[in-house]
Amino acid sequence: MPVPSPTIEILRAPAERMRGVAEIAARHSGDVDREGRFPQEAVDALKAERLMGVMVPKRFGGEGLSLLETAELCTILGQACGSTAMIYAMHQIKASSLVSHGGSSPWHADFMRDLVDEQHLLASATTEGGIGGDLRNSICAVHVADGRFTLEKDATVISYGLYADAILVTCRRAPDAQSSDQSMVVVKRGDYTLDKTTGWDTLGMRGTCSEGFRLVSAGDAAQIFPQPFSEIAAQSMLSASHILWGAVWFGIAADAVARAQAYVRAAARKQPGSLPPGALRLAEVVAMLQDMKASVVAGAVRYEAAMNRPDELSSIGFAAEMNNLKVTTSQRAAQIVTHAMLITGLSGYKNDTPFSVGRHLRDVTSAAIMISNDRILSNTSNLLLVSRFDTSLVN
Amino acid sequence: MRDRIRKLIAERKVVAVDVDTLSDTADLYEAGLSSFASIQFMLALEDEFDIEFPERMLTRKTFVSIESIDRSIAELIAEQV
Repeated sequence: MPVPSPTIEILRAPAERMRGVAEIAARHSGDVDREGRFPQEAVDALKAERLMGVMVPKRFGGEGLSLLETAELCTILGQACGSTAMIYAMHQIKASSLVSHGGSSPWHADFMRDLVDEQHLLASATTEGGIGGDLRNSICAVHVADGRFTLEKDATVISYGLYADAILVTCRRAPDAQSSDQSMVVVKRGDYTLDKTTGWDTLGMRGTCSEGFRLVSAGDAAQIFPQPFSEIAAQSMLSASHILWGAVWFGIAADAVARAQAYVRAAARKQPGSLPPGALRLAEVVAMLQDMKASVVAGAVRYEAAMNRPDELSSIGFAAEMNNLKVTTSQRAAQIVTHAMLITGLSGYKNDTPFSVGRHLRDVTSAAIMISNDRILSNTSNLLLVSRFDTSLVN
Repeated sequence: MRDRIRKLIAERKVVAVDVDTLSDTADLYEAGLSSFASIQFMLALEDEFDIEFPERMLTRKTFVSIESIDRSIAELIAEQV
């Protein structure tokens, strides 16, 4: 009989651990939002509960959670604090690239073990001055000589860059490579310096601290992923991003609806025998929430069915479906929270009641612009010139 | 057929380098084929060869090189006969 790993044995179920973290995140969410500060307490709790490496396969010391299970963790946290949940989702998106593409490279396999042992927080540097959010193009290039690399990047956004333990950086594969011929490099704390170039005083998601930096780094050439970034983007990053972001937005929307429902129930108790004014809208918004949930779950199930088939993952039809998931869930989340505000009325509009949904509303407005829906729709409209929508219910 | 594919790549400026410098097996994505240009290129191929790429061929692997495009088109033309 196999002996269970002692680490796994003492760990409670991930969702249960995450609920404990969510309590801490909720306690600090108001302050994080007001001050626009990094949610240090909640991230410390994520590390203490050993939730950073949950997606890492068991053979590298992790818990081997699926994307759907990880999405559920993002949703739990999203109900407590949008910024903390988005940080966790962004970290897991980077982890998913390691899980999908790092197993065959000894350096990246070791790094996955470190991620679990030391509970690293991973950040991402894809956005670049002169390129913007078009993550499939780079200006900066990695230089390799004598087994070492150097890389400098004008990274206009590195979310929680100052608080990360490692950053996954995109760049051109070599100084003479085309802008779309990209690599991704893991730079660990100590390999790089960050000089802040832009701040982060925003409407919502104020705790992600998505500041801009000039990144200067050097390290072992083995830190460069062996696969081209185009494969990583198509096969893991695109899907993980849209599914985990959707899960965060669902969490935010679900908490706003829970507050709206609490408001309606309180009103109903005061006037037994009659339906409160917000009751009908509550029924409507719960239907919207259910619809959003179906989109996120279907996206995760679709990904998991395709995940071991690289051809399917890099197909045009799959890319179009993942694009649509992002556009739909981001729009849905904003509609749902706006609806919740109509139900809760002045109590929801005020920042200091149990029914406040202002932070939720400001946080979800980021959904449509983090990788702009217009950019995604324009990309999908191009794809649909050749790809046909799958008209079956079950494929 | 490979010459017609090469001619289209040159005419439509599908890649960032001179097509004559590319071998039949060279990776077109490494040569600068972007996701936007690849769709426009697929449409041009469909028009040139009077074919329609089925969903199963709409993957990165089909369009990665002149050789792979040639093989896929040949397969589609053979199916039509």
